[in-house]
Amino acid sequence: MSEFLQQLVNGITWGSVYALIALGYTMVYGILRLINFAHGDIYMLGAFTGLYASRWFGAAQQPSPLKALLVLVTSMAVCAVLGMVIERLAYKPVRRSPRLSALITAIGVSLFLENGCVLLFGASPRFFPQIVEQRNLPLGFGVTLSNQQLIVIVVSLVLMLALRWLVLHTRVGKAMQAVSHNHMAAALMGISVDRIVTFTFMIGSALAAAAGVLVALQSPRIEPYMGILPGLKAFVAAVLGGIGNIPGAVVGGLVMGIAEVLVTGYLSPTYRDAIAFILLIVILLVRPAGIFGRAVAEKV
Amino acid sequence: MRRTLGPAAALGVLLLLDRWVPAATNDYHFQVLMLIGINIVLAVSLNLVNGFTGQFSIGHAGFMAVGAYASAKFSLELGKPLVASMAALPAPLAQGVALLFALTAGGLLAAVAGWLVGLPSLRLRGDYLAIVTLGFGEIIRVVILNVEAIGAARGLPDIPQWASFFWVFGTVVVVVTLARHIAASTHGRAMFAIRDDEVAAEALGVDTTRYKVVAFVIGAFFAGVAGGLSAHFLSYLNPSSFTFLKSIEVIAMVVLGGMGSVTGSILAATILTLLPEVLRPVKDFRMVVYSLMLVILMITRPQGLLGTHELTWTRLRGWFGRRAPAKGAA
Repeated sequence: MSEFLQQLVNGITWGSVYALIALGYTMVYGILRLINFAHGDIYMLGAFTGLYASRWFGAAQQPSPLKALLVLVTSMAVCAVLGMVIERLAYKPVRRSPRLSALITAIGVSLFLENGCVLLFGASPRFFPQIVEQRNLPLGFGVTLSNQQLIVIVVSLVLMLALRWLVLHTRVGKAMQAVSHNHMAAALMGISVDRIVTFTFMIGSALAAAAGVLVALQSPRIEPYMGILPGLKAFVAAVLGGIGNIPGAVVGGLVMGIAEVLVTGYLSPTYRDAIAFILLIVILLVRPAGIFGRAVAEKV
Repeated sequence: MRRTLGPAAALGVLLLLDRWVPAATNDYHFQVLMLIGINIVLAVSLNLVNGFTGQFSIGHAGFMAVGAYASAKFSLELGKPLVASMAALPAPLAQGVALLFALTAGGLLAAVAGWLVGLPSLRLRGDYLAIVTLGFGEIIRVVILNVEAIGAARGLPDIPQWASFFWVFGTVVVVVTLARHIAASTHGRAMFAIRDDEVAAEALGVDTTRYKVVAFVIGAFFAGVAGGLSAHFLSYLNPSSFTFLKSIEVIAMVVLGGMGSVTGSILAATILTLLPEVLRPVKDFRMVVYSLMLVILMITRPQGLLGTHELTWTRLRGWFGRRAPAKGAA
């Protein structure tokens, strides 16, 4: 029992990371119907920016909560700007093109970021400094939670609540909802669609960057290709929840994380990656539009 | 008359080139040429699914892997004794027969996989289908990584090197001819109709489910054959050659060439295979330049190089005719 609870805690930790990345996928998809394949690489860049930021602030020499927070915020800000630049330079010109062309553009951007980072940082793994000293907090029932795991869960939760508030209760959030329903109608109501799309990319990239820093806290090996598999899985998580649906992405991420950890713990670590996808296929066969997705009747 | 003349001529030309090309090129150029051939088969086969029928499949590397491993295992277990038993025949002929069996076996197994993956497409649309194909590709790779009998993570070595120029480009001719014939037939029209508007196609009496599954099965079959060819050309297989990135490479060829354009796929497969090779002198910047060019090409030609058109002699004549009016051109 205690082992199971421990696995569950680990699963929730991983799941919150997947959920953070999945949110970016789902928001961009909701607004542009584009699978932003470069999103996993933003997560990787978030980790690298965090690495340099923590050197800049000297966060490794004298760890303090304030510095750790500063590292997180810097990384999010830098990646938000990066997300904006990518959207303006690469995605905006193909917005009216066939969807597959936009997808290939996204893949091109992803390859560019990966290989550009190999040039910049080298292909061998770098080590993220320990900006938060590890401590274990016993929770009872033989379950321990490291303070780093706690940080991952709390930070993710805060960011998700902030996003929820932003989308539901602010003007810009309402504009985002309007644009995701109908570009044309939103534009006619005086919403600047371009600015909303850019803003969505910035928010999504900031969340992915946060995920990158949070993962680097726990598993400090970072390298330019680290974003590919988590990116794919987070995308799967977004689809699992019903793509375009924000709460769905969170639930999908958690399901994904927990399922993966349980499979690794109880079945077979080597089949970990495959089981994630098998789970996905099974769920999609039962609910073709994801857990929270509503089947939309096709209009003629 | 034309029905027998065309294939006979193609066969003759291929046999001649089979003698001449390896002698006229160095090893490196020959290898690039063969890879172009294999990539053309892959691109055209994916075009049947993505370009013709509009079903978004991003797991083509998975089908390729199934075909590659199945045909390689076939050759290692059955093909070698088969060639030994045909000692009376000249070696290239005996090997060709064995290869034909191996490729068919690989293609058929991949087609079964394609049928299995095509079935969910009865229920799923667009991006959800894409994810299932992606998931399938990843599952195949992980399974291969874990099965000891086919070498697991170490890879499968010592596959007989039977895929000569004749077989690779023979397959290219077959798959291109088939695709062109499908495009011109009722089946092709039905597929295009599904791509352009599924609801309208169904309303007009097109059996959409059947055509979608058929497209998946044929596409997977030739992806499997392409996998078999690359196995018998490189004589070594490794699960890491069949990652998501390989599927993406093939999709890039289809989209760059133009959805549904067979000649476009051929052109794009050639360009995208040559591009990284041409960029070798810039070393570390190779992949950066490659990815940048991909993005720029997509921004400047979002409909692909040829759009949905085919490159034909009339069209070529039209392009060049405008610049320099040919003598006596109609």
